[in-house]
Amino acid sequence: MSTSPRRTALDALHRSLGATMTDFAGWDMPLRYASERDEHNAVRTRAGLFDLSHMGEITVTGPQAVDLLDHALVGNISTVGPGRARYTMICREDGGIVDDLIVYRLGDTEYMVVANAGNAQTVLDALRERAAGFDAEVRDDRDAYALIAVQGPESPGILASLTDADLEGLKYYAGLPGTVAGVPALIARTGYTGEDGFELFTEPQHAEKLWTALTEAGRDAGLIPCGLSCRDTLRLEAGMPLYGHELTTALTPFDAGLGRVVKFEKTGDFVGREALAAAAERAAQAPPRKLVGLIAEGRRVPRAGMKVVAGGEVVGEVTSGAPSPTLGRPIAMAYVDAAHAAPGTEGVGVDIRGTHEPYEVVALPFYKRAK
Amino acid sequence: MSNPQQLRYSKEHEWLSAAEDGVSTVGITEFAANALGDVVYAQLPEVGDTVTAGETCGELESTKSVSDLYSPVSGEVVEANQDVVDDPSLVNSAPFEGGWLFKVRVSEEPKDLLSADEYSEFSGN
Repeated sequence: MSTSPRRTALDALHRSLGATMTDFAGWDMPLRYASERDEHNAVRTRAGLFDLSHMGEITVTGPQAVDLLDHALVGNISTVGPGRARYTMICREDGGIVDDLIVYRLGDTEYMVVANAGNAQTVLDALRERAAGFDAEVRDDRDAYALIAVQGPESPGILASLTDADLEGLKYYAGLPGTVAGVPALIARTGYTGEDGFELFTEPQHAEKLWTALTEAGRDAGLIPCGLSCRDTLRLEAGMPLYGHELTTALTPFDAGLGRVVKFEKTGDFVGREALAAAAERAAQAPPRKLVGLIAEGRRVPRAGMKVVAGGEVVGEVTSGAPSPTLGRPIAMAYVDAAHAAPGTEGVGVDIRGTHEPYEVVALPFYKRAK
Repeated sequence: MSNPQQLRYSKEHEWLSAAEDGVSTVGITEFAANALGDVVYAQLPEVGDTVTAGETCGELESTKSVSDLYSPVSGEVVEANQDVVDDPSLVNSAPFEGGWLFKVRVSEEPKDLLSADEYSEFSGN
């Protein structure tokens, strides 16, 4: 791997906006532009603009593209209609989660798999390996796309001013090719913030024009550029898992409370089926640690890796934690023993540098937008 | 960003005011506050605590991380800024003013505190 981080097509723009940059999965990405709390609140109440060009796009095409995906992934991709998208996972033979993915069906026999930046190469390698025997092509399209997300309640209005595409007809988890600000883009109604919003896949050469047009169109609506820092607090409030935190190769989807993404009913074998069937049975017999929400009574912030304690015993581990701008208190996601996982369980705390700080156990998510 | 001329600075990014009746005020610089991001929790030394130059005396927690707070001088803490405890964002919005952290009756000062110009050069700001 090269030692110098990769830069997105919007790199110069970020620097001109005064972004604090950070290394993220080998990419130099905007962490925040000014205050991450202001950015977070902008997405919750108005709109925010994100550069997500580090995400890994992989195109799968060919007569047996869907068969390959049904074999390689745990979801039932055959049931995804053209123009729709599906949240799914790719697992190892032993059931461990390799990555969580969004698969967009772009055409009858064309799919785009979007992997997390840090896992994109692994996912690409796995798909290529699993493609053996299928009449399908796996194409590395990581350099073919820049990805810009506009998220927040004002985002439909902002985007509508720049495109003729039928946004009202575009459902959540759907995507359609269109033109935005004169630039060709795949317009997808997806996101990772808990808000309504869109992800726009475009050619890198068009990224700056698209970003600038969205900035101008959103100015009066209060749109501001947003970095990865607020993206993390937004997804945490929305109870969305993050690979490397809530999801790892050490966990199956059933251990992560996401067993519903595994579709045993689909025809044909898929990688991990046997191990996952066993994991499903284990989870039914003896519930594994459960992913719960924790809300601090005090102000100290739980961090990934900190122990969850009750009665002096370790009963779990924090996977993500941050001060929640919306709740005004620190929050965390944590895997907790079933005996302490029920909302309202008394006496649960987090060991923060030696002090057991009291926490309230709640069901996820912390935040759900009004529909 | 500008570092006030009348203050002195440590390489740990604290500032120290000139002593009045032997008491100096301590805070962190705007450079440090920007690097931390939004400060959400401040654990400050308590009145009566003895602090030692270059040693930790509290912590500042931001959205992304927790950082130790060092004292730029040795002495006895005579006041902690309750406003910052109640509203840690003051550290970001007014690092050299309302966001000061504690006051200390100075018993000993290290020789290597920096002037504003030296600190600007040191921090690249």
